[in-house]
Amino acid sequence: MSSEAAAGVPSATIAGFAERHPTVVFLVRRTARMIVALVVLLVLSFSMIHLVPGDPVRAQLGPRAPASLVEQRQAELGLDQPLPQQFADYVKGLFTGDLGMSSSSDLPVSDVIGQRLPHSAALAGIAFVVIMLLSITIGMAAAILTRDGRGRGTELTFTTTTGFFATIPEFVLGVGLVYLFGVELQVLPVAYEPGVAAYILPVAALSIGSIAALARIVRAETLDALGSDYMRTARSKRLPARLLYLRHALPNMLTSTLTLGGLLLSGLIGGTVLVENVFAWPGLGTAVVDSVVAQDYALAQAIMLLLGATVLVVNLAVDLILGVVDPRSTIKEM
Amino acid sequence: MARRGQTRAALRTPVGVVSLVIVAGLVILAIVAPIIWGEEARTTDVPHLLEGGSAEHPLGTDNLGRDLLARTLVATRLSLVLAILAVLVGAVIGVTLGALPTVLGTRASRATAALIDFTLAYPGLLLAMFLAVVLGAGPLAAILALGIASAPAFARLTQTLAASIAGSDFVAAASVLGLSRRRILLRHILPNIAEPIILNVTIAVGYALLAMSGLSFLGLGIQPPSYDWGRLLNESLDRIYVTPEAALGPCVAIVIAGLAFNGLGEALARAASTRVPRHRPQPAMAEDRPDDVTTEPDPSATSDAALVVKGLTVTFPGEDGPIVPVRGISFSVAAGERVAIVGESGSGKTLMSLAVAQLVPHPGVVTVDRLSFLGTDPNDLPSAERDRLLGTSLAMVFQDTATCLNPALRLGVQLSEVVEVHQRARRTDAVRRAVDRLRSVRLSSPERRLRQFPHELSGGMRQRVVIAVGLMGEPRLVIADEPTSSLDVTVQRQILRLLRQVGDDTGASCLFITHDIAVATDLCDRVLVMYAGRIVEDIDAASLWDGPAHPYTRALLAAVPDLETDRTVALTSIPGRPPDVAAIPPGCAFAARCSFATDRCHVEIPPLQVDAETSHRVACWHPQQGRVATITRTKVEAT
Repeated sequence: MSSEAAAGVPSATIAGFAERHPTVVFLVRRTARMIVALVVLLVLSFSMIHLVPGDPVRAQLGPRAPASLVEQRQAELGLDQPLPQQFADYVKGLFTGDLGMSSSSDLPVSDVIGQRLPHSAALAGIAFVVIMLLSITIGMAAAILTRDGRGRGTELTFTTTTGFFATIPEFVLGVGLVYLFGVELQVLPVAYEPGVAAYILPVAALSIGSIAALARIVRAETLDALGSDYMRTARSKRLPARLLYLRHALPNMLTSTLTLGGLLLSGLIGGTVLVENVFAWPGLGTAVVDSVVAQDYALAQAIMLLLGATVLVVNLAVDLILGVVDPRSTIKEM
Repeated sequence: MARRGQTRAALRTPVGVVSLVIVAGLVILAIVAPIIWGEEARTTDVPHLLEGGSAEHPLGTDNLGRDLLARTLVATRLSLVLAILAVLVGAVIGVTLGALPTVLGTRASRATAALIDFTLAYPGLLLAMFLAVVLGAGPLAAILALGIASAPAFARLTQTLAASIAGSDFVAAASVLGLSRRRILLRHILPNIAEPIILNVTIAVGYALLAMSGLSFLGLGIQPPSYDWGRLLNESLDRIYVTPEAALGPCVAIVIAGLAFNGLGEALARAASTRVPRHRPQPAMAEDRPDDVTTEPDPSATSDAALVVKGLTVTFPGEDGPIVPVRGISFSVAAGERVAIVGESGSGKTLMSLAVAQLVPHPGVVTVDRLSFLGTDPNDLPSAERDRLLGTSLAMVFQDTATCLNPALRLGVQLSEVVEVHQRARRTDAVRRAVDRLRSVRLSSPERRLRQFPHELSGGMRQRVVIAVGLMGEPRLVIADEPTSSLDVTVQRQILRLLRQVGDDTGASCLFITHDIAVATDLCDRVLVMYAGRIVEDIDAASLWDGPAHPYTRALLAAVPDLETDRTVALTSIPGRPPDVAAIPPGCAFAARCSFATDRCHVEIPPLQVDAETSHRVACWHPQQGRVATITRTKVEAT
């Protein structure tokens, strides 16, 4: 409310507008918040190299490097410029695609990202689709089988199994899968290679834990929906099971499932970093870890900015989709 | 005290026991392992580098020939310590952040809340990498990162808890006494929220342990020559083809520790949320009909009855044997007849109507000696035909208009699906019929309504839609369960008028369930009075005001206020409470509240039979006569 008032518009008009167009207000507010978060992220990623105690270039090159080399490298990185100038150059570089040079590979950072981003995006994207499809299917099936206190055996099996897999971290699961399918059975590739087969184990390692966690939530939400008055109304119409569950129950648990799925998507970014390192995947996850260990500041800075921005964009997208799927959520936001 | 009770409750579950034992084992191992195996874990053995598992080295050796089993065991200490440190950092930062808004002003609270929201959005791993760049990769950066990443959860929890406690009476009293904000926080708020925060610390240690292993695995956590499980896994992963046991050892350790801490956390959380242990109810069997449930005598059903019910019983499993809320009910509804079922809440009237509609939820069991709907027993029909019969000929109208329509579906779908499913109507025909039915329930601009969601309509309008849904087929019986009790008085009257008109237009019978005997007599031809799962009186609406025979019916009538009731005098109410459905006394269930009750009433159940004096059915050993004295009846005009 304060931002609109600051624009000098009479507040009565704002209230009227807000009442008539809640969706517009929601969009403006949500996008503004996202822009603020992006700016904070930008400042953080810029300041990273300046927060390193001592001289980051000296630290990177080692104590025995000649002073001339250190100075040359500082000039390359623009560290000899005044801070505001450096920040301006940094932001300009972001828009022109000039992100500096990766010191560990001697390639432009934009090239490294260009090569690696598609691999990470494919891995995370496939995993997300797999997670949503399987967790909703499994969670709903479990809810239908255990509704109204039916099937106590099924319930116990479901909660134990999902509890187990939801606890095991991605990288441990990845190692287990490598051992089982790569070493013992030798049926699936355990490291990146072109083709579909190489995706199977990383996607499984990345998605199984999330499927288990989300399926539990889907089951709880579905049980909630199944016990509701509108489901009794639907049952009183004697609809076939297909309509009863897919038409009447599914949309009502989708809002919360999508919310959590969205949160999970940003969690997937962390998971991807770990899984990529298990499977030697040529994506951003291996690159960012290597760059941090090698003190390749330009590359680390760029990838972290990219990953952070992805999290923000994903969260915005989830909120907007929710606003469309469930119009009441935008009103609640007011 | 509460804490000890909780722990004991958590221990009762198998998961709680096993988790606690493993966690205790891990703690002991963390203390003693470096003392016992520390030497072995340090001893280099050059002739045996990078070996696989053997009797001497079960998990093999590392690149300096050190025993990996010993190293895995010794690593327990560092793995646990790092996790606990990270959680402590998180708890300190989080609790401080979360408690601040309570002692600061509104503006500061809002800023803190925004900060918490902002931090929650980022994965902890990004933060860990950021700090690893700034501070250099190592345990300090990792602990800080995990601590900061777990702080928002603690802050959010503290904020919620502190806000709820700050609003409570004793804190208000403390402020009135002039205590400073800091004092209030330290003396009154923090002690009260300590318990849930300690519980969350337990859960958080599990997560931190897994996250820290991940960071060490990536090379961002503990640095050589120190090692935790993640570091060991990092060092042995490359050899997984040659010596898989070297990598699997740390994996197993991580999984066991993670499961144990999570299991313990969950068990504690469950113990904290459900203090009362749950008994599993015994399943009810169909033949579990208790002896004291007798079938009411056959109603004088006409051949064209819309509904005939004989000996309807609903049983639920209970902790101490089956609970029978509906006890052998028999009645019939003639074609076009409107019958009211009247009773207090808990009398079984709603469950009875659900049983007639075959909608009793699991684990309820319905038994019936005879059920006839439009001349057929729905249970004798193949399922598709039964669904078609009940879906199109039986209309249900429910009580709560706010919840009985699906909030996520447009009204058009909810209306048209009945005929699309049961009559194979095409979409366009179904829509045309839906518009027609919405018009017949007097809803304005019906075409527009089809595209609306339930929340866009008022309660009265929603109830009209529900009635229209019932009209989509060819209803022969409308079961309306308190259709007006969630609506305000003027709307109530409109809905009653609509129900009456629907009956007149379609010729459908109506079973109208209500606790309001005045409404029942206005709308209906006949009134069935229910008490504790049985019908106690079956009387014409017209003769009801001339004097019902059952003392309970008379008491209900006496409790009806009207225009001439003296508002300064407290409303008449029936003394006592209806019996608990789980423990219905022998004999007449109303006897305990009845001023005419004799010894016989407490022993023998009075059958529902035609009373010679009044010529209607009544279940009473001492039927009464004459008008109910205390009221003067001014008929409320319902039309």
